[in-house]
Amino acid sequence: MTTRRPMRIGVLAVAALALAAPARAANITIKGSDTMVILAQRLAETYMKKNPAITIQVTGGGSGTGIAALINKTTNLANSSRPIKAEEIAKANANGVDPGEYRVALDALAVVVHKDNALKELSLQQVNGIYRGDINDWSEVGGAPGRIVRYCRESNSGTYVFFKEHVLQNGDYAADCQTMPGTSAVAEAVSRDRSGIGYGGVAYFAPLAAVRILSIKKTETAPAVLPLKDGRPNNEVVWSGEYPIARWLYMYTTGKPSADEKAYLDWIVGPEGQQVVSDIEYVPLKGVLDGKKPAVH
Amino acid sequence: MVEGGSLMAGTAPGALRTASLEMPRAGGGRPGRRRGLGEAAIELFLRMNGWVAVMLIALIFVFLFKEGVQALFSIPLSDFLGTTVTDYRGNPKVVRMWQPVSELPKYSLLPLVCGSFLVAFPATLIAGLFGVAGGIYLAELASTRTRETLKPFIELLAGIPTVVIGFLALATLGSVLQGLLGTTYRLNAFLGALGVSLVIVPVITSLTEDALRAVPDELRVAAYGLGATRAQMIARVTVPAAVSGIAAALILGMGRALGETMIVLMATGNAALITLNVFSSVRTMTATIAAELGAVAQGGEQYQALFLVGSLLFTLTFTMNLIAELVLERMRRRLTL
Repeated sequence: MTTRRPMRIGVLAVAALALAAPARAANITIKGSDTMVILAQRLAETYMKKNPAITIQVTGGGSGTGIAALINKTTNLANSSRPIKAEEIAKANANGVDPGEYRVALDALAVVVHKDNALKELSLQQVNGIYRGDINDWSEVGGAPGRIVRYCRESNSGTYVFFKEHVLQNGDYAADCQTMPGTSAVAEAVSRDRSGIGYGGVAYFAPLAAVRILSIKKTETAPAVLPLKDGRPNNEVVWSGEYPIARWLYMYTTGKPSADEKAYLDWIVGPEGQQVVSDIEYVPLKGVLDGKKPAVH
Repeated sequence: MVEGGSLMAGTAPGALRTASLEMPRAGGGRPGRRRGLGEAAIELFLRMNGWVAVMLIALIFVFLFKEGVQALFSIPLSDFLGTTVTDYRGNPKVVRMWQPVSELPKYSLLPLVCGSFLVAFPATLIAGLFGVAGGIYLAELASTRTRETLKPFIELLAGIPTVVIGFLALATLGSVLQGLLGTTYRLNAFLGALGVSLVIVPVITSLTEDALRAVPDELRVAAYGLGATRAQMIARVTVPAAVSGIAAALILGMGRALGETMIVLMATGNAALITLNVFSSVRTMTATIAAELGAVAQGGEQYQALFLVGSLLFTLTFTMNLIAELVLERMRRRLTL
């Protein structure tokens, strides 16, 4: 019949396309942290320009999603803004995956309010009280009276877990925390809400004029430390531990990394990768950019 | 047809039965074995496709319930209503929260169900107002040309990607609403309901219009004959006759509103609260599944609990669609007497 011939050609064309797709030599998929997604994309772009034979695909979804993908073997590398948990390692081993941990950068977690909020600093205890639901009004922490509207991340977020462990001391968030799908959503929401408070990687908030990053006091009597200096992240206070809410950013492998993955990871912790880290306003590993030895994993 | 008739005309009753089994093939039973086999093959293919649809729904049911029912074994049943915690004074207190990532995981379904309905009810109300009015206009009052221009635009509302509507609500409408009404939470159930109503208006409009069209013209003519004005005819005769269809349209719209994911994920704030305040943030069942399922390891407690939420959601929407179908069926039977 007249319809058979074009159909046959069409089927052959689709088959040819499907077979032609995996043309590139090496393909690395990276999934995970939304905090790290912009950093990971920039690192991947820079690396791919120097090594055209490698294709690196980066997606976000949250640290929990990345580690779950690592366990389910649907990704080569996972980005995470929190360390992998013991239960996750156990699940991975049960699935034949032995996660290898690489520290690639540091990040200061900023606590932000709307720019019209007169508050400039909070102690860690006060942030704890606010997010646990014990403190509900701005007047209790020295601001103008008004209901506090809390913005936080979804439970799959490494930022959520880190904040819970280190600021809430493993306590529970208040029930009325507005859960946002990513740090940029938190930034967007706080920038439009005069009574809002939010948290997230400092790189997301530094360039925004509509939010103010608060200085944090480790205890009620300690000095208040701002994670910024001249509008850029203050690396010194993060390295020294003066800023109390700072964390490592991790990348995990599914086992012993392949040659391509090892080359990529070594490049990231070397001077070139760390320069990209610094450009994107994350905190590079200490000593790498000064020309000293790269940090050991 | 001709052969069958002549077979039956001059034969005994016993032969009549065998004759009636030899039904002529669809297409007239013209000569040619290949043509006959082709017809049978096509008929079989189409019949299989029909059954595939039924099988898919059954398989989805099975998959959802297989995982969801395991949650009932690993999590005590009372936990789905509330969890007992000790407050700072050491006294036990029951909290109804959905907080699976915690030292003490909390799996209460009440905030999620409350959230879904707190978005679906207002959405159906708002969309119902506009949808039924639109349907009445299109079916009874609009000229053919107006109807042909207006209908595609209403259908276009259903074609807008829901993520775009959610984003518009999040970025723009939320601030406008907070400026107008002064609500505490910028992202709340009402904002989500507004977005969802945009999506279900076409559903309600077209079903209302169908219901009104199904009312036989004799009723309208009889109303005119008794001296009714147009308004009286529509209000007292046509709409009451089609009320089952309109009710079915609303139920289907609500089912759709319950299943809406993207708009509520972006616009409702996702705070799992049990409240009747429509201006409070809520967390719907759909948003919970969308936000959390990607991050859980397969087979864990939270994974199973999420499947239970999915099963509950599926049951609710399926029941609503079933009720709507039954109501529509009853209306069709009543009107075609």
